[in-house]
Amino acid sequence: MLTLTINGEDRQLDVAEDVPLLWVLRDVAGLTGTKFGCGVALCGACTIHLDGQPVRSCVMAAGGAVGRKITTIEAIGESDAGAKIQQAWLALEVVQCGYCQSGQIMSAAALLAANPQPSDADIDAAMSGNICRCGTYRRIRAAIKQAAAV
Amino acid sequence: MSETLATRDGPSVNRRAFFVGGAALVLAASLPMGSRIARAAAATFEPNAFIRIGEDGRIGLIMRDVEMGQGIWTGASMLMAEELDVGLDQVTADFAPPNEKLYANPVLGMQATGGSTSIRADWSDLRRAAATARAALVQAAAKKWNVDPSGCSVTRGMVTHAASGRSATYASLVPLAATLPLPKDAPLKDPKAWTLIGTSQKRLDTPDKVRGKTVYGIDVQLPDMKIATVALCPVLGGKLVRLADDAARQIAGVRDVLRLDNAVAVVGDHFWAAKQGLDALDIEWDFGPNAGLNQAQIVKGHADASSGDGIVARLVGDPETAIARAAVKLDAIYQLPFLSHAPMEPINCTVHVRPDGAEVWCGTQVPARAQAEAAAATGLSADKVTVHNHMLGGGFGRRLEAEYVGITASFAKQVPYPLKMIWTRETDIRHDRYRPYYYDRIAAGLDAEGRIISWTHKVTGSSVTARWAPPGMRKNGIDPDAVECAEETPYDIASLRVSWVRHEPPGVVTAWWRGVGPAHNIFVVESFVDELAAAAKRDPVAFRRSLLHKNPRALGVLELAAEKSGWGSPLPKNVGRGVMVQFAFGSFLSVVCEVEVSPASEFRLRRIVAAMDCGQAVNPDSVRAQLEGGLVFGMTAALYGEITLDRGRVQQSNFNSYRMLRMDETPPIEVHLVNSTETPGGLGETGCAAAFPALANAVYAATGQRLRRLPLNLPREATG
Repeated sequence: MLTLTINGEDRQLDVAEDVPLLWVLRDVAGLTGTKFGCGVALCGACTIHLDGQPVRSCVMAAGGAVGRKITTIEAIGESDAGAKIQQAWLALEVVQCGYCQSGQIMSAAALLAANPQPSDADIDAAMSGNICRCGTYRRIRAAIKQAAAV
Repeated sequence: MSETLATRDGPSVNRRAFFVGGAALVLAASLPMGSRIARAAAATFEPNAFIRIGEDGRIGLIMRDVEMGQGIWTGASMLMAEELDVGLDQVTADFAPPNEKLYANPVLGMQATGGSTSIRADWSDLRRAAATARAALVQAAAKKWNVDPSGCSVTRGMVTHAASGRSATYASLVPLAATLPLPKDAPLKDPKAWTLIGTSQKRLDTPDKVRGKTVYGIDVQLPDMKIATVALCPVLGGKLVRLADDAARQIAGVRDVLRLDNAVAVVGDHFWAAKQGLDALDIEWDFGPNAGLNQAQIVKGHADASSGDGIVARLVGDPETAIARAAVKLDAIYQLPFLSHAPMEPINCTVHVRPDGAEVWCGTQVPARAQAEAAAATGLSADKVTVHNHMLGGGFGRRLEAEYVGITASFAKQVPYPLKMIWTRETDIRHDRYRPYYYDRIAAGLDAEGRIISWTHKVTGSSVTARWAPPGMRKNGIDPDAVECAEETPYDIASLRVSWVRHEPPGVVTAWWRGVGPAHNIFVVESFVDELAAAAKRDPVAFRRSLLHKNPRALGVLELAAEKSGWGSPLPKNVGRGVMVQFAFGSFLSVVCEVEVSPASEFRLRRIVAAMDCGQAVNPDSVRAQLEGGLVFGMTAALYGEITLDRGRVQQSNFNSYRMLRMDETPPIEVHLVNSTETPGGLGETGCAAAFPALANAVYAATGQRLRRLPLNLPREATG
């Protein structure tokens, strides 16, 4: 039995410590906003925050998150940076299929929280690990800049 | 239109010959009507298959097209809301159930979303359906008030009779409207009165998507559900010989190990348990007849087949005679690879089989085929199979296939609980159905003035149509997809022969891939036109301009792209601009791409400028988004996309070996729209098709190297 703090709530979960956090969130805790894309930290679809830092949950053993604050897409809008990012995403109509966007938003919210005025190079560095098959990259870049300007 | 809407009450649909992504838009001659009995009993007004207005005020719009990111749920809702005179905020979009009769796309002739056909099919159908519904509700109000309907107006679903000062909501009119005969020939709005069409509207699906609330197929959760992942025989045509699963069954959370003739699934409490179990299996396969197959054999098979005559798709004049008097003669061979779709949502499906029926939860571009697959796998009749469709985490043609539904159902029928099957990314890529390999021979001759007097283009490749939609084959054996945008180019060509050799390589199943036939042929045609321009020592834009005098819309986008890109202005060393123009999917597009080639022969995209004339844009911001995304999708394939086989196995497996364009590689993309009131054209695949030749021509401009194979790679000796 693991106790994980997910979106501000302590959850008792009947799962082994070595199970990747992604599958604990999705299949055990029932939080499906965090997505499976590649399973090996190549695409960023599974990005969550651990104590505010962006982490690829598909390669993070759940046991490593014990005692730390897990934030997922379902609750990122409660943070200032997350709310700004989501608003900018809607204002600029970033989303197409939307499947990668949970991870994109989590990476962008972490960037904005750490760096309120990111440059293009900062955006490249923070966001190039997140693949979007629909090709929304230009709008993601513009939305991050818009969120930074709010 | 031989019959008015009011005379139709049956489910008959005028089925057209299958036609992928072509210009010859044919609209359905009839709209399927809902059952009047059901209407009365349900206390909803259901004038047709697309509109459900309840007494509670709910305005449900049934989406014939699936939403996979292209924005069609918003576009289709705009068309109906416009003619219904309701706000886009007042409608709810709903999934259409599997029903080939009610929900066949009239361009495709089946219930499918693909070929960039949705808006072209919906443009007339859905507006007409909504106009009839509006007229019926106005008629009900007029009858209730004993006034002339022509004195009534509608705003946001409220019918008002100004002269008497009375008004009524659509909801209040539902019971009466449901009992009255539908009005005949309800007129469509004058475009001057449009308040939605042609304006950029916010998408209906995005608020949930940015909050992680959208439920894709992979997110389905059911009581007692268990999760499986699968090992499919690595070589197509192979079989399972022996399976030792003792170690797998020891793993915590593993519940079952299931088998098919050519596949094994491990079922767990969660995906990770299933995956650990799968990795612990000891499986022996008989790899079958393709066990020794490699890519060189596949390429040679195409090359050898291409020496055959093939079937003539189109013949104009006598190109063989004309070539003899050409001042400039050129010939070339172009090759395009197998491609995987790799949607971000890996292939998945959930099935619950009970003795009396089955339920399927998935994302599919073909709901009725998904139903048929599950029915065939379980032995149930189709009417006993319920399909719950979902938002798609990418389609790109992959979800025009429904074989994964059949595979899941074949496992699920072995267990009593709902079974969710999720493929790993490796399985998704290695067991995809692939865009065909193409081997094209092309030749042309120019006269002294630079006019094309002879043109021959022979395509060699697999036929997707013959497998997927046999009625779509022409009587003479031509697959129209294989020659689309080859037999008809935008240019004035005096004599032409386009032919096709069908060659079905072993070891793969071929399938639709975003851009379909046009993406293949436009690469060949637009690259070769660039070669001709160079051979004639003409500027690529000027050369194309001289061949487009009979094609004003194509010329229009070419001039616009040239102007906006600063065509002809100086560029730094090792940077080149490439141009292309196309007419595909009912839309005209010209793209200029700037690329920088590094000393290590790496390509860096600097800028993309697109000029689009898609006729009337329904939701202009969505048009731009589709162009931007389509260009990125196409550039990804042009730079990196290639599936190869060795020992019968697909060699690529995840995003390290099947690379995607990323944020830091994506250049600024400008999209310029031509103001037009022409009938809307398709969009979703246009940018993808344009990307290949735009980049190849830019590489030529930068390096002088003509690359005739995708993905684009400079030969080693060219580096320096």
